[in-house]
Amino acid sequence: MELSGAQILVQSLIDEGVEYIFGYPGGAVLHLYDALFQQDEIKHILVRHEQGATHAADGYARATGKPGVVLVTSGPGATNAVTGIATAYLDSIPMVIISGQVSLPVIGSDAFQEVDMIGITRPCVKHNYLVKDVTKLAETIKKAFYVATTGRPGPVVVDVPKDITAPHIKVPYKYPKKVTIRSYNPVVTGHKGQIKKAVDLLLSAQKPIIYSGGGVILGEASKELTEFTNKLGYPITNTLMGLGAFPGTDKQFIGMLGMHGTYEANMAMHESDVIIAIGARFDDRVTGKLDLFCPYAKIIHIDIDPASISKTVKVDIPIVGDIKPVLEQMLELIKESNKKPDKKALELWWSQIGQWRAVNCLEYDRESPLIKPQYVIEQLYEVTKGDAYVTSDVGQHQMWAAQYYPFDKPRRWINSGGLGTMGFGMPAAIGVKLAFPDADVACVTGEASIQMCIQELSTAFQYKTPIKIINLNNRYMGMVRQWQEFSYESRYSHSYMDTIPEFVKLAEAYGHVGMRIEKPEEVRPALEAAFAMKDRTVFLDIMTDRTENVYPMIEAGKGHHDMKLRVAIGTSTDRELA
Amino acid sequence: MRHIISILMENESGALSRVAGLFSARGYNIESLTVAPTQDPSLSRMTLVTRGSEEIIEQITKQLNKLIDVVKLIDLAESFHIERELMMVKIKATGEMRDEIRSMADIFRGKIIDVTPTTYIVEMTGPSEKLDAFIAAIDPDSVIEAVRSGPTGISRGEKGLHL
Ligand SMILES: Cc1cc2nc3c(=O)[nH]c(=O)nc-3n(C[C@H](O)[C@H](O)[C@H](O)COP(=O)(O)OP(=O)(O)OC[C@H]3O[C@@H](n4cnc5c(N)ncnc54)[C@H](O)[C@@H]3O)c2cc1C
Ligand SMILES: Cc1ncc(C[n+]2csc(CCOP(=O)(O)OP(=O)(O)O)c2C)c(N)n1
Ligand SMILES: [Mg+2]
Repeated sequence: MELSGAQILVQSLIDEGVEYIFGYPGGAVLHLYDALFQQDEIKHILVRHEQGATHAADGYARATGKPGVVLVTSGPGATNAVTGIATAYLDSIPMVIISGQVSLPVIGSDAFQEVDMIGITRPCVKHNYLVKDVTKLAETIKKAFYVATTGRPGPVVVDVPKDITAPHIKVPYKYPKKVTIRSYNPVVTGHKGQIKKAVDLLLSAQKPIIYSGGGVILGEASKELTEFTNKLGYPITNTLMGLGAFPGTDKQFIGMLGMHGTYEANMAMHESDVIIAIGARFDDRVTGKLDLFCPYAKIIHIDIDPASISKTVKVDIPIVGDIKPVLEQMLELIKESNKKPDKKALELWWSQIGQWRAVNCLEYDRESPLIKPQYVIEQLYEVTKGDAYVTSDVGQHQMWAAQYYPFDKPRRWINSGGLGTMGFGMPAAIGVKLAFPDADVACVTGEASIQMCIQELSTAFQYKTPIKIINLNNRYMGMVRQWQEFSYESRYSHSYMDTIPEFVKLAEAYGHVGMRIEKPEEVRPALEAAFAMKDRTVFLDIMTDRTENVYPMIEAGKGHHDMKLRVAIGTSTDRELA
Repeated sequence: MRHIISILMENESGALSRVAGLFSARGYNIESLTVAPTQDPSLSRMTLVTRGSEEIIEQITKQLNKLIDVVKLIDLAESFHIERELMMVKIKATGEMRDEIRSMADIFRGKIIDVTPTTYIVEMTGPSEKLDAFIAAIDPDSVIEAVRSGPTGISRGEKGLHL
């Protein structure tokens, strides 16, 4: 079969099983758009800004586990996509981004809409390719998907010069079933000896803790993690990226750890004698001050990326491998072993954890006349029966969503953790809704974040993706304001906006339903009404207590055992904000 | 400590900038870097000299290995190896200096590879310290220019860095 480059690219995506492309046209990709027009297997979602395309594809990828696909034009189209590419890179999300490029003969001549996309994205992709030969196009696309989805996943950019897609140049087409790359062979199975050592150490622990992260979700190993944890009876904490990998409502789950983790999770980390880190990368939001990190613990670390191991925290037993098979091997060994977890020690450990739990670190003022953001999330949980896909933006609202919506399943909690990209939430929700049209999809956001990709409301209307936007409107960049309150003597430098749009009208202007909620008793009915409108996108603009802060918190330079707790319930509303 | 990392990688345009970009992005230092295709034209071999604590060198090798274009690498500092650098120096050579430079080049086993009435070009290979010593031994004012390749290295014994 002889096809043009444009046809080859589109056919390759079809053969790869791609369902959706999120994109935006322009000069360098016109041939490609023409080829897209002439087929109906792949659905193209026209966004309103290329950043939205990347986040929507990313949300789709996080919810499904399948790679997200983006198509943008050269120059400004390509640069607009960079934030979303970096967002996916830092959270290890599989994506393939196809960017148009100026024609090969003019590359390097500052041609119209030329930017060095390969150079610009090099530090924020797993790999990138410039296609220089149309006969290699199909193979390059295959390689891009292979690299993006295997090992530690990540975004891959394929930069395609316009002349490569020219309609009059036709070459034979065959999509490879498989590719191998001699320089790329991700390790899968773990080292047997190391696994044995790890199991021995685990079974001799007195105060063990399982610290698991996004890798469990990326590696589809929730079932194995749950079985492993239940079998051992050990406490488990998750990173922000790992929420849902282990059921959030299970009694062995002691909450998120890290900067805004629970008191019990952080104390247990601090006091533990054996930690097993599973697909987590000892991020600085998690460890707090490194010198103070887990002073008594021996650490086991399972990760598919050797570079994640001993990067910030030196570990005692590294296991390089894919979590699923490694946990299966460990479970096998645990079952065979005549050693059993130390029951007595474990009882003591759990009773200690029980005391930390009793501090009730997530309690907040339930009597307040103002809407407490935490209350909104709890109500969202109830109204959606804990079974919604929840995307979020970045800020306090993100932390509250993570703290007050316990996720029982993986891939339900969708947020930008590593890059912390404001503007992520709503386009991501569109991607999720396209993947799961029958599921409840909520985007928890703030009045600042939502404005960063607000234009995608138009995309949500065009493609009828009825999402529910929960805008926790505190009239502040709350997260910034909180830091300024704690560390800058409440000098609120530019952390508010003088004018905030009327979101209800804005939502209506885009064709959606808008609701403004000002009283606590309106929250529940509004949420119920919103989720009852199955075929409408609803924007709930919820006026929350603007003085509320995220607790507990590990402040900069502190360790896990030194958390800042809420002083006393009921005082926050008395506080005056300048 | 000083480490010489020898890298076998795909001979693709852009591979070099991935390595260089990695070093600048992660704040590692590069003292020198040499690269050329190997006898298998699809591969090139790079030798990179860097400095850092054990932890940093460990991260550097892991991060390099992570680059898709990198096929294999070794840290030569970990085993017996031979290190050589090539230098060409253009030296002012008039009057009695002509003989003196010639004999100095002989002592250092250098070769004079270009002669004009007023200059010599001396070619010399050896460990970097030897090249330093030669430069130190001649009058600094007489050096018009010197180019150095940066060290390359190879491990001793039967083992080698290949596919
Ligand atoms: C405002 C804000 C506040 C935050 N506060 C917190 C906080 O309080 N607590 C917190 O935890 N985070 C917090 N974060 C998020 C934080 O920045 C990091 O994104 C997060 O901690 C990283 O999660 P992770 O360690 O699970 O790693 P991920 O980024 O999810 O990385 C996954 C790891 O698993 C490995 N992996 C991937 N696939 C596999 C596989 N198949 N097998 C084996 N290994 C695999 C990868 O190599 C990688 O090392 C916050 C972020 C923001 C924006
Ligand atoms: C693109 C981008 N710019 C700046 C920041 C820094 N930042 C983190 S949280 C935040 C404020 C978010 O405000 P809002 O969306 O209203 O959420 P809130 O904290 O009030 O819940 C800012 C500016 C960021 N994370 N992303
Ligand atoms: Mg806000």
